[in-house]
Amino acid sequence: MTAPSAASATAPSSSAPVLSVRDLRVSFSSRRGRAPVVTGVDLDVHAGETLAIVGESGSGKSVSMLAVLGLLPSHAVVEGSVEVDGEQVLGAGPERMRALRGREVGMVFQDPMTSLNPVLTIGRQVTEGLEERLGLSRRAARDRAAELLALVGIRDPQARLDNYPHQFSGGMRQRVMIAIGLSLDPAVLIADEPTTALDVTTQAQILDLVQDLQDRLGTAVVWVSHDLGVVAGIADRVVVMYSGEIVEQAPVDALYATPQHPYTRGLLGALPVLGERRAELATIAGLPPDPVARPSGCWFAPRCPIRAQACVTAHPPLREVGPGHLARTLCEVAP
Amino acid sequence: MTASSATTPPGPDSPEPAPPPAPRSTSREVARALVSHKLAVFGLVVLGLLVVAAVLGRTAAPYDPNAVDVLGRLQPPSLEHPFGTDDLGRDVLSRVLVAARLSLVVGAIAVGIALTVGVTLGLVAGYYGRWVDDVIMRVMDVLFAFPAILLAIAILAVLGPGVTNAMIAIGIVYTPIFARVTRASVLSVREEVYVRAARSLGVGDLRLLRLHILPNVMAPIIVQTSLSLAFAILSEAALSFLGLGIQPPDPSWGRMLFEGRGFVQQAWWMGVFPGVAIFVTVLSFNVIGDALRDALDPRQRSAIEARGASR
Repeated sequence: MTAPSAASATAPSSSAPVLSVRDLRVSFSSRRGRAPVVTGVDLDVHAGETLAIVGESGSGKSVSMLAVLGLLPSHAVVEGSVEVDGEQVLGAGPERMRALRGREVGMVFQDPMTSLNPVLTIGRQVTEGLEERLGLSRRAARDRAAELLALVGIRDPQARLDNYPHQFSGGMRQRVMIAIGLSLDPAVLIADEPTTALDVTTQAQILDLVQDLQDRLGTAVVWVSHDLGVVAGIADRVVVMYSGEIVEQAPVDALYATPQHPYTRGLLGALPVLGERRAELATIAGLPPDPVARPSGCWFAPRCPIRAQACVTAHPPLREVGPGHLARTLCEVAP
Repeated sequence: MTASSATTPPGPDSPEPAPPPAPRSTSREVARALVSHKLAVFGLVVLGLLVVAAVLGRTAAPYDPNAVDVLGRLQPPSLEHPFGTDDLGRDVLSRVLVAARLSLVVGAIAVGIALTVGVTLGLVAGYYGRWVDDVIMRVMDVLFAFPAILLAIAILAVLGPGVTNAMIAIGIVYTPIFARVTRASVLSVREEVYVRAARSLGVGDLRLLRLHILPNVMAPIIVQTSLSLAFAILSEAALSFLGLGIQPPDPSWGRMLFEGRGFVQQAWWMGVFPGVAIFVTVLSFNVIGDALRDALDPRQRSAIEARGASR
């Protein structure tokens, strides 16, 4: 396993990162042996910025984020380093992790339909963290909950607190989830594909909402997505993951202007363009490698359209190709 | 140019994504479902009468259930003694009515014990899994392996006969059922996103179990409670029949059945009426349990929901 050097993966920024992940490895034991699903990920999230993590299903993006919060099932093996505000939290005890969750790092999940408990009122669920974690009285927590619902754009919040989740639409539930994620005022909010289950207009509203909240509250956001189109509008920096590792990392403009890794270019090529008629959308042929048996060279090589001999033998390191722009590729791509 | 592949063939719209989880039954909806279930109404009426008899106790009985009348012994049912009298001249109707209280109380407390212990063990086993689960559930399996009545007799042999011990014994016997039912539901509920979401907020295990998991596993537990009440009352009758439960002279259906056993030829009413009381009580708890199962089962309910509440 050749891990990229820690220093090379940091973003060009003077301030210390709020969340710093180094050489994060997650593996699950499967019937066919140990499956390393995250294989040495380095990430830095700075205060107030939006970092997008992009990759297809199974690329390890969600698993990495769950590992940060210690929410993976107990049979997952997690190694590496996760620092929040300079403090090592990976491997910290359950009480430390509980204190971290929601307060330092909040999370919003993918499917708003299943993220809310169907038998509890919205009020009970929004006030839960406020009461349990901040020790607010029921009265004060309720007032704060109404403020939070108003903040995420729910009309008549005071009355809505007594509703049950099934009385809310998908978009409104996702707003509630965001309100809950922000209720403890975390320094970092991890949003795990929060718009995937929503239709495009609602998706746009949620994107605007998160950006607006971020401007007002200064929360750093890690936006996990498989959709480069969504990410383009909101991210400051983009990390592209493939088969458990980072294959490219760049400021958002550089990534879209000069994508270096063939996988990134494949993803960008697969985006539909408005007004352009194409018989078929471009796709990347093949499937990501099985984590139990990855190829020896570049893990993308079997699917790569510009594969060279060297790609099959050596696993490329993450190297700097521009300012703040890293790519795990051997090929020199003309912009 | 492959024109054929350019357009997708016109077909029916893809089915809606996963429908949202069926909204939970409110207590009012469950009540409505119960009333529309004919057998359940019968069960509720019988149960209501039993509860009235149990609450009123001796005041409802026309005679003192323990008053001996040697001259009036073994009298067939008449207007004076609608259920006849037993071998000591005691009024069978009064004894059946008074016994209702003891039977219901014993059944309720025994099931209460089983419910509390079983649900707690099931929650812990299902939520923590691994060795905790193994230890708890293997112990439950051992208890489950014994025939219910034999296990109760064995426990009473250790504790000694009596009403209190009978309740404890029946409680222990029915604990594994509750543990299993609870654990099975917890295993699926703990994987729900909302449980993970609550954990991502730093909610503690105790609160998570109490507020997020328990309410979502209640439906099968409620059904099991109703069914278990029927079996607990049956077990109590069996234990009293064997002289291990309610002790004479307190009336008990099982004990009366035992006493009537020797007089089947001369005085059928001594055994038949307490027997019918047991039968009707157990039946009513069973039909209520069945009706509750129908009312609380989200899969059967989703069709009704689709028609009614699409807001």
